[in-house]
Amino acid sequence: MNDAVIEAVKLTKRYGKARGVTEVDLAVSRGDIFGFIGPNGAGKSTFIRTVLGLIKATSGEARVLGLECGPSRKEVLARVGYMPSEAQFYHGMRVADVIAYSARLRRRDCAAEAKRLCERLGLDAKRKVEDLSLGNRKKVSIVCAMQHKPDVYIFDEPTSGLDPLVQKEFFALLLERHDEGATVMLSSHVLSEVQRYCEHAAIIREGRIIASGTVDELSASAARHVRVRGVSGGFQPPSGSRSFALHDGDAAFLYQGDMHALVEWLAGVGFVDVMIEEPDIEEVFMHFYADGAADADNKARGGGAL
Amino acid sequence: MTGFAHEMRQNCRMLVIWALVIGGMIAVCMAMFPEMEAQSADLNEMFASMGVFTEAFGMDRLNIGEPMGFFGVEVGSVLGIGGAFFAAYLGIRMLSKEETEHTAEFLLTHPVSRFSVAAQKLAAVVACIVILNVACAACSIASFEMVDAAIDWEPFWLFCAAELLMQLEIACVCFALSAFIGRGSIGVGLGFAALLYFLNIVASLSDKVDWLRFVTPFAYADAASIVPNAALDETLVGLGVLYAVVALVIAVSVYARKDIAV
Repeated sequence: MNDAVIEAVKLTKRYGKARGVTEVDLAVSRGDIFGFIGPNGAGKSTFIRTVLGLIKATSGEARVLGLECGPSRKEVLARVGYMPSEAQFYHGMRVADVIAYSARLRRRDCAAEAKRLCERLGLDAKRKVEDLSLGNRKKVSIVCAMQHKPDVYIFDEPTSGLDPLVQKEFFALLLERHDEGATVMLSSHVLSEVQRYCEHAAIIREGRIIASGTVDELSASAARHVRVRGVSGGFQPPSGSRSFALHDGDAAFLYQGDMHALVEWLAGVGFVDVMIEEPDIEEVFMHFYADGAADADNKARGGGAL
Repeated sequence: MTGFAHEMRQNCRMLVIWALVIGGMIAVCMAMFPEMEAQSADLNEMFASMGVFTEAFGMDRLNIGEPMGFFGVEVGSVLGIGGAFFAAYLGIRMLSKEETEHTAEFLLTHPVSRFSVAAQKLAAVVACIVILNVACAACSIASFEMVDAAIDWEPFWLFCAAELLMQLEIACVCFALSAFIGRGSIGVGLGFAALLYFLNIVASLSDKVDWLRFVTPFAYADAASIVPNAALDETLVGLGVLYAVVALVIAVSVYARKDIAV
């Protein structure tokens, strides 16, 4: 049985000649917290909007909870809580009106849960929406996405504009819902939060998924962060290295290749100390987005990780 | 009916303002009637000597020395232009505003079908136009009372019905345009209403472009063609209803399929 809650098969969206997303294959399993990583313009929001039926796929398929997003859009959206990256609401309405309108559109009475969420996020429900800061608009959006306790949460850049305390509260709420069995997709370019909260992740670049797997797999890929202390001036890194930096006799580089060859190479150079460690996800991400990443791209498509 | 109630709340203030402005202008126009009535002979003679413009504004068929004639010429213009602009503004914004004001992503990620969204928005457009016309009819009746003039009820109600139909037709066509247009839609809507008004004037000026009467709804809502015979041109009204229905079918089918700009 297919356990994917969100599934895309060769999903492509083009805007005329402009790229949206290209042949995206992605599966988010039930009960997962899935990180969707990429810089602005990579195609994260396009993918999400296609999955939610706001825009039509050029080709390929997208399913949520086993339902095709086009024909079953209404059924899908009844079970999804979505928070857009840039929330805008109707002028003249108060926060409480927007939250109540959202609940009425779902034909649900969520007043008690909405009140609880507002209290936890420190959101004043009496304020007019046009007077809200970006952070407070985000809070309204969080309440609208969570008040009906859906099975699936999709958050697009949820923490931008939120202060650290509210970010902490947001993730506490998210983990509570996850513990209750919900599936979460978290689109972000804040890599630390993906590494901290997500179990699986995919990296999207220029509309294509270039790597996917568990966060640990992505971090513990074949690449290693090598720091060599006390090297001489003519130091050159071994072949298979990138992101090389040399400062005050301390060299650092990402090494991708045979570890025996690295050890043999180290034996031939003079140094005081050496550290070989897994790169964090930020380094993995930068690795994919660095200039000349085509090579890494090809390897990722073949191997699914670095 | 959540979407309908929401739209009514969103448009309530605008509706009150337009009703007060158009209703107020009707009252002001009718307040001038006693003075006009006293000078009717001179005015009729002057209007009769305006050449093609006499026909263009229907003054060859309406006697402004009589209450219904004056109502048709003066109030007909106010209600015709004001009502058409209101209908165009309401219709052209109804679908497009969700995209231009960036609320589409909020609305359409709730479990509502696009057909339902369009239907409830259309219902709100119709309700607002009906309310405006009821308010204008009430102002008109009150204005007749104010100047102690008698209303010829049959042409009065036919004229009111024609104005309502005309505004609904314009609103429906603009509603369809709203499914295509994002930014700049208000200019398109108001320009469209103004164009239809001038097409009717042009059709009245020249027999060579008489076919324009089949294009513009101002032709069947023209007081000069309704009041004298207390009758509506059923062919033109039928065409207007047809245009409105076709526009609605286009609006719903386009809106249901389009990519939403957020």
